Amino acid sequence: MNGKENIKQFFGKYGIYLVLVVMVIIMSFLSPVFLSQDNLLNVVRQVSVIGVISLGVTLVIISKGIDLSSGSTLALCAVMAASFGQAGDWAAKMYPSLPELPVIVPILVALGVGTLVGMVNGLLVAKTGIPAFIATLGTYVSVRGLALLYSDGRPVSTLTASYQFIGQGYVLGVPVPVILFFVLALITWVVLNHTKFGKNIYAIGGNIVAAEVSGVNVGRNLVKIYMYAGMLAGVAGLMLSARLNTGQPGMGVAYELDAIAATTIGGTSHSGGIGTIQGAVVGALILGVLNNGLNLLGVSAYWQQIIKGAIIVTAVVIDMRKNAKKK
Amino acid sequence: MANEYVLETRGIRKVFPGVVALDGISLRFRPGSVHALMGENGAGKSTLMKILSGMYKPTEGIVLYKGVETEFNAPIESIRLGIAMIHQELSPVPHRSVMENVWLGREPLIKGTPFVDHRKMHDDTKRLLDDLELSIDPRIEMAKLTVAKMQMVEIAKAVSYNADVVIMDEPTSSLTKGEVEHLFRIIRRLREQGKAIIYISHKMDEIFAISDEVSVLRDGNYVGTYPAAELNTDKLIALMVGRELNEMFPKVECPITDVKLEVKNLSSPGAFQDVSFAVRKGEILGFAGLVGAGRTEVMETLFGIRHKCAGSVLIDDKPVDIRAPEDAIRHKMALLTEDRRLSGIFPMLDIKDNMIMAVIDRYRNRLGKFLNHAQIRNECGEYRHKIKIKTPSLEQKIMNLSGGNQQKVLVARWLMSEPEILILDEPTRGIDVGAKAEIHTLITNLAAKGKAIILVSSELPEILGMSDRIAVMREGRLTGIVERKDATQEVVMKYATMKP
Repeated sequence: MNGKENIKQFFGKYGIYLVLVVMVIIMSFLSPVFLSQDNLLNVVRQVSVIGVISLGVTLVIISKGIDLSSGSTLALCAVMAASFGQAGDWAAKMYPSLPELPVIVPILVALGVGTLVGMVNGLLVAKTGIPAFIATLGTYVSVRGLALLYSDGRPVSTLTASYQFIGQGYVLGVPVPVILFFVLALITWVVLNHTKFGKNIYAIGGNIVAAEVSGVNVGRNLVKIYMYAGMLAGVAGLMLSARLNTGQPGMGVAYELDAIAATTIGGTSHSGGIGTIQGAVVGALILGVLNNGLNLLGVSAYWQQIIKGAIIVTAVVIDMRKNAKKK
Repeated sequence: MANEYVLETRGIRKVFPGVVALDGISLRFRPGSVHALMGENGAGKSTLMKILSGMYKPTEGIVLYKGVETEFNAPIESIRLGIAMIHQELSPVPHRSVMENVWLGREPLIKGTPFVDHRKMHDDTKRLLDDLELSIDPRIEMAKLTVAKMQMVEIAKAVSYNADVVIMDEPTSSLTKGEVEHLFRIIRRLREQGKAIIYISHKMDEIFAISDEVSVLRDGNYVGTYPAAELNTDKLIALMVGRELNEMFPKVECPITDVKLEVKNLSSPGAFQDVSFAVRKGEILGFAGLVGAGRTEVMETLFGIRHKCAGSVLIDDKPVDIRAPEDAIRHKMALLTEDRRLSGIFPMLDIKDNMIMAVIDRYRNRLGKFLNHAQIRNECGEYRHKIKIKTPSLEQKIMNLSGGNQQKVLVARWLMSEPEILILDEPTRGIDVGAKAEIHTLITNLAAKGKAIILVSSELPEILGMSDRIAVMREGRLTGIVERKDATQEVVMKYATMKP
């Protein structure tokens, strides 16, 4: 239409990317260390665990659901995967008689357990019709209990070298968790934008009745959505335990909230039907740059929390105004 | 032998907790024919259609499709068989593109991959829309279309299923005249292709213009099926209502006295400018105009929902400053809003809670904090009988009532506030003829009691039949006020479309 409209539309669409760019520019002036390659990779590596969770959470939120169980799922997957990935010469192994297993075993354990938890979430939401908030609140509590039960409340430590590689290794100078984050983001983007499943997610969140009368199998799709999110929480558990060389039942507390925050800052709407993977990635990066920047500037951890909260709410207020304008 | 009927129901009965929605419905639908289904709201048309489209299961009875007994367990099953339905309440996915909406649930895939073939989706949609003479970009977001265009996309979607039976539940409710004709062209073409079209509408002229056969339901019972040529409006109404409605507009001349409400040069930027009129006690002032003329906006401004930027409002010759609905209620005004579902009912609350919402302060007991439930029950009971709300009890959730009865509850809400100025915005939209006549009687009685009434309606016969004077708006301006004796459709339409 006119220039003013276009600018408004441009900001509506790309505002969140600009926020990230502006933050990076400001930080690079304030702190000489910020733009160093080491620090930047560090930022991305730090957000990669939350980032991977937020990819799945994005699908869930687009479908008008929510997943509160990701942090607990991460912990359960971490201790279980770690128990099958302990180094052979470690004295305090969880299964002393178990030989050192190839890394594929803990990987499959993490993915399988995560998917299973997701399936429980999905079945609860789809079959009983209870709100996703309640269903995943239940698993959030119980799955944490399972992690404690499984590990007897103790850390499962000293993992094989190939396991640790998942969290600590580098390929061509890039940390493995960063690679995993971007590869999974790409895969999820393709799933969301180029498969029937992805289209169905948007349809279910946008108008569940329309989806149903158009022949979308809403129940089965919901289960798949939560399974996917659970699986990614499992990957996150694998990454975090590999990085710290230990699986602990108390890991990942409140990670689900950070993941929801990243998704939300990235423009995914909790009223369903709207959201992108790019947004989730940028949202996670914004949180990472914020954390890192405030640390470099020596802002106290207490203030960091306050600022983070304010940013989440501001992002949503701006997003809602953008959507309201359309009417 | 080929089947004469493509779709047939035998003895369909559907019971919901406490209500028999359908009782022994047997209908037969021919290919290549438009079969209208008529009945008041609550007669069971929508329930029957939901059974045919697989959303409900009948309690008893069978459905035969192409002569074979068929059970539909989900919408997808009836669609796959060839029964497509266009729903009364539009059901698009708002933030997705037109093409994604059309192919929702059956997106074409690139051969041998799990990936959606966007190009094929686009081209197929384009072809489909072109075929229906619709100039809509397949990639545009659904929410950016007008309601009419969305409806056309829904119709295109139904056509794309290549269904043998197409059910249209009030497809014209938001279409203009030109768009309705466009739709009829599409329907006629579908009929020529041998499809059976089941057409539900409340608009009589449409029924006679398009349908071959008419079946009538009343209170969940089958009344009969008639060739459209053998019916006329009066006969059809009599069949639907089960009684003769002699007077559609029971207007009684009553004394009109002093000016109650006067509006001078009211403006609201972007909505309307320079609107002036007055309503007297005992008078019904009709507001006519095309959709979008700014009538609703004027009423919202009067009631304090919108901010005015200029102009003054006088009640009993005294200027008043109304900034919020509370102020309006204090000045004894009442507004029955245009959209019942959006700004009228609280669907999850029961009838009495819905009724007392505007005057809830009145029912505080002596302690001043708690509600006096006995008093609430008594007074709600009075209104229930006074305006004949059909319900098993006052504790019934309002969403379980028919549209007409919901509207009556809302009328009761405003009568309880004992208003002196009533603004009724489309009070009979989407409600059946019986309830309509009752609401018209109610309006007349209120005028006879000396209330000043503003009646906004897009139905010209209603405006002409009910009003003492008619104010006509066009594009945000008041173009004329016509006296009852001079008012004809032609005069009103002239003002509604003329350049100011």
